Amino acid sequence: MADTKKKLKNPFRKRPKEKRLNRSVAGNGILFFLMAVCGVFMALPLVMIINNSLKPLDEIFQFPPKIFVRNPTLENFSDLFVLMNNSWVPFSRYILNTIIITGLGMVGHVICASLAAYPLAKHHFPGKGILFSMVVLSMMFSWTVTQIPQYIIISWLGINNTYAALILPAFSFGMGLYLMKQFMEQLPDSLMESARLDGASEWKIFWSIVMPNVKPAWLTLAIFQFQQMWGNTGGLFLRNEELKPLQYALQQITAGGTARAGAAAAVTFIVAAVPIIFFLICQSNVLETMTTSGMKD
Amino acid sequence: MDAQISKEAYEIAAKQKKLGYQIKRNKASYLMLAPYFILFFLFTVLPVVISIGLSFTYFNMLEAPTFVGWKNYIKLFLEDDIFLISLKNTLIFAVITGPVSYILCLLFAWIINEFKGKVRAFLTLIFYAPSICGNAYMVWNLILTGDRYGYLNGILLKFGFIDEAILWMKTEKYVLPVLIVVQLWLSLGTGFLSFIAGLQTVDKSLYEAAALDGIKNRWQELWYVTLPSMKPQLMFGAVMQITQSFAVADISIQLAGNPSVNYAGATVVTHLLDYGSTRFEMGYASAIATVLFLLMIGTNKLVQRILRRVGE
Repeated sequence: MADTKKKLKNPFRKRPKEKRLNRSVAGNGILFFLMAVCGVFMALPLVMIINNSLKPLDEIFQFPPKIFVRNPTLENFSDLFVLMNNSWVPFSRYILNTIIITGLGMVGHVICASLAAYPLAKHHFPGKGILFSMVVLSMMFSWTVTQIPQYIIISWLGINNTYAALILPAFSFGMGLYLMKQFMEQLPDSLMESARLDGASEWKIFWSIVMPNVKPAWLTLAIFQFQQMWGNTGGLFLRNEELKPLQYALQQITAGGTARAGAAAAVTFIVAAVPIIFFLICQSNVLETMTTSGMKD
Repeated sequence: MDAQISKEAYEIAAKQKKLGYQIKRNKASYLMLAPYFILFFLFTVLPVVISIGLSFTYFNMLEAPTFVGWKNYIKLFLEDDIFLISLKNTLIFAVITGPVSYILCLLFAWIINEFKGKVRAFLTLIFYAPSICGNAYMVWNLILTGDRYGYLNGILLKFGFIDEAILWMKTEKYVLPVLIVVQLWLSLGTGFLSFIAGLQTVDKSLYEAAALDGIKNRWQELWYVTLPSMKPQLMFGAVMQITQSFAVADISIQLAGNPSVNYAGATVVTHLLDYGSTRFEMGYASAIATVLFLLMIGTNKLVQRILRRVGE
């Protein structure tokens, strides 16, 4: 099937095919085989989550457990919606909370981290080295023990039990700045120099030259940060029910134990599906930039 | 005349050296740094400094901390046998999973980059799946179930490799190797995605130039062209790998339990969690965190030195 397709394609469509240098057919074949074998293992959690969410109750409790569903049903999802309607705070409120926390936490972090990464990568000023190594080192300290001092600081600032308690610390996670700085470092200096000669301010250079050229970096950072914020349940910092994010509400539903096993499977599906959709949107743009970026010298 | 000019030049140079002048001249830089670093100092640097301070105290989170000097550290290395076991486990774990995961990330990112269009996007998703599906490693509970219905036991029994089902996570000698395998399976995370993004920024014309210079196959191309042009990403990946390999705890707790059988799955961070969130001995937990911190800094220095040699 694949063979005939290939034969048909070549004579009729004379698209100038991008030929990659130094590639052998045998090598391509081996790599494809390797990816297929490993891919099966890696896809396991995805396959399980999707199948579980479609299983009727008797199949969920079947022992020994089977991976694939035999009689797929959407019952789990309708159960989940019924449970959602019974919640104490209207369910849409949880969704709104999550949109605010995840959205602001992600956008704010990408902007703050990129803005700080640009001078660290491309400017020369006193204190640069120390600031940067502090960021890298901070990632190596176990967050379990810093949580308590962090809680004290957040209470002291008076932002406990507000969205800001989750969002503001998220702006300054270490990884984002490090990632952005590493990518910006690669940009040739001549790019910024010529803009400077044209009289562009540093802010203008950052926004219209640096950022478009490191698009793969901030799209990737957005994926990381989205995952991080999406998984946040509010924990210590949010006490009011009407401030808690979706993740918390969903966990409450799954905490119902055996009686809610079906709804829990649907919850697991939704919890995984949203970041996956976001991932696909960002990732397809990361790959797109490859063909459009030609700014390097 | 010459002397006067050089005197003026000297004065200008002296003026430029002054900190106040430097700050004024780099105003834009500092303004750009401000939002991030103000928050960073408040929510990260300050808590880390406080934690290191607490490591010299006895602090049970109810009473005010009392200063005890080096006592926590002395206890850690001289009296706490379980800490030494967990340190040993962590080192074995990090020495194996660190480099192997790192190479896997790089290798798979590079192979995926060989594909085009939709196939590539799909492969990226599949290989990143374990990292995006929350606690995806729970799948391994099914595989490693200790009775004969566990998938691994089932397969091994069927083909006659073993005579009776093995309690994988309850047998001391299997715990650490199994955790290492699961961690490797989980390893295509942050580093992997940043490598994928890094590969997009490699200048395409370098490949053409390299082909003219006599590079013959994709392996040479990888070593002489691709890797040297993505050194910053390699550094980033290495740091992320270090923080992940040394801080492993979740998979150990979820698969082997905390405490695990005869502490076979104990790591520095599970030990820390034991003291910090179960026993509320925050001072002692902070001392553990500080030791781990120093260990990671040392490893990082070493790894960065090795990475500077890539492509030489």
